[in-house]
Amino acid sequence: MGKQLIVYGLLICIGFVYLYPMLYMFSTSLMNRDDLLDTSVKWIPSSFYLQNYVDAAKSMDFWPTFGKGILIALLPTLCNVVICMMVGYGFAKYEFKGKKIMMGILLFSYILPSQVTMIPTYVLYNKMGILGTILTFVLPALFGNGLNAPIFILIFYQFFRQVPKVLMEAASIDGAGHIRAFFRIAVPSAIPAIVTVILFSFVWYWNESYLTEMYVRGLSTKSIWTNLVIQLKNFDSSFNTKASVGDTATSLNESVRMAATALSILPLFVMYLILQRQFVESIDRAGITGE
Amino acid sequence: MAKTIKEKKPKIKPGKLEKREARMGYVFVAPWLIGVVLFLLYPLGQSFRYVWYNIRITPVKTNFIWVGTGNFTQIWLENAEFPQQLVTYIWQTIVEVPIIVVFALMIAIMLNGKIKMRGFFRLIFFLPVIIVSGPVMNMLVSEGASTIPSMNVQTIISAFNTFLPLKAAQGVGEIFSNMIMILWYSGVQILIFLSALQKVDPALYEAAKIDGGSGWECFWKITLPTIKPMILLNAVYTVIFLSGNEQNQLINMIENAMFSGTKEKGYGYASAMAWMYAVVVTLIVLLFFLLLGSKKDSYDRMADRRKKALKKEERLHRKIQRRNRRNAGKRERALSSGKYKTYDGSGDY
Repeated sequence: MGKQLIVYGLLICIGFVYLYPMLYMFSTSLMNRDDLLDTSVKWIPSSFYLQNYVDAAKSMDFWPTFGKGILIALLPTLCNVVICMMVGYGFAKYEFKGKKIMMGILLFSYILPSQVTMIPTYVLYNKMGILGTILTFVLPALFGNGLNAPIFILIFYQFFRQVPKVLMEAASIDGAGHIRAFFRIAVPSAIPAIVTVILFSFVWYWNESYLTEMYVRGLSTKSIWTNLVIQLKNFDSSFNTKASVGDTATSLNESVRMAATALSILPLFVMYLILQRQFVESIDRAGITGE
Repeated sequence: MAKTIKEKKPKIKPGKLEKREARMGYVFVAPWLIGVVLFLLYPLGQSFRYVWYNIRITPVKTNFIWVGTGNFTQIWLENAEFPQQLVTYIWQTIVEVPIIVVFALMIAIMLNGKIKMRGFFRLIFFLPVIIVSGPVMNMLVSEGASTIPSMNVQTIISAFNTFLPLKAAQGVGEIFSNMIMILWYSGVQILIFLSALQKVDPALYEAAKIDGGSGWECFWKITLPTIKPMILLNAVYTVIFLSGNEQNQLINMIENAMFSGTKEKGYGYASAMAWMYAVVVTLIVLLFFLLLGSKKDSYDRMADRRKKALKKEERLHRKIQRRNRRNAGKRERALSSGKYKTYDGSGDY
């Protein structure tokens, strides 16, 4: 019993530490300026001041940015899923020359920091004329080299290796070709892995700001592509320019910045609350850890 | 006779079916192969070429000026920040990775026990994975949300300084002041450990308990060896995560160097930085591979020894068989030549 209490105590303490930044963020984002300056107000603001959110949303162009962010995350994710599934299946079910070397390259491409290939890739996209468009994310994903694609290929590889070979043989006896066996048997059986990959790929694309700014935005302010995370990164400057142009006499303070942070987190947070089961069980079911 | 035996075991050549299967394998892997050439090998080669040049971009065209190892010497001799940041990065990664992995393992073991509200705790510990991104982290850090105010880092440093050199004490202090960040980076690791722990055969624990093993012994003798591959996996994952993370000053430096308009910096200079960085990351990954991957526990070694002995025995067996066959052939030839009579059981030859 005592042991149980210790475990609960530890879990609750660590859980609090985990949630601390989030709690701090939400509480600060709801404070008005008087609360911020008043040292007696620590956690609970005297009134729920939602104006911060309105200001932050205006500065970030919340709704258009939100829509673009979804596109930027969703399109490459779909390509990622389809292609990684195919490649993982190819590696898992067929024996061919050079497979070991290819797997080696796959692992190597995961370890290699993207900074090494970043500059020539940037030049390449520039030459192809797709810099500053969403194609810079879709195209690599379409060729199995999207963000964290090696992980996804390995997830599918692991998964398909566990699908019994007898199943495939039965299908081929019934007259199904390779392609048909893949679509009719492998794909439906891989739904847990597909869910995992979709969730993780979406989240990672959504949260990627470094490469998004470099490729999809093309490092120019004229590009129409942006997502919430990038808007947050450039929040201070954009807020100041908008505030000086506009007539509202708002000034940048912690509350507004925390409100902006909360806004950029919010979509994924809501998605997480809805799909929590899929998220926390996904790694289990995708069989990353092997059997 | 010997010939016929050889013919019985022909070298296996791939048949038509196998060839077709292999071709299908290539078809499935093809998109990725094209991608590797286009988005990995080609840029890799290009960036290796850039390293030796000073690249200036004019509106008309890009000028390549051969500088040899000039970029490297410039980085090491004139750039004060990069080497320093590199050392900081190495130090930080080597310290933080074990902390994250051990911490994740601890949480996973606690969550794996029979506790109420397991789903709820899982929900909390996995939350950071969803929301953690460079700008969000920067925002939270800059507003001081990432440190717990009641934790006085200065006191911790001075406390550790009493028995540790200042540098190490500061390192410890750094860890404490970044505690939340470190914890936030361990979400995926916790899940991987958790699902590995659930696959440990409970019969093993029961057997150990019957033999009088304590929980502590069970952990070291059963849990740890079983999830050992996952420890390596998590360590590598953590290294890669930390190296690609936007909190990492180095990758921002590379980006800045890439687009700095100055004469001596630019693509070549940035590529040189990126290559050195990549080598360091690879070395760190290798270090963890050597630390966690190569060592086998005593049972593995025992099994290996047994396997080797078995193989040796088999070889001996085959040798004897071969000799027997040879001798059988000889005897047959000798018999057929009529030199010897066969023993017909009558008692005399």
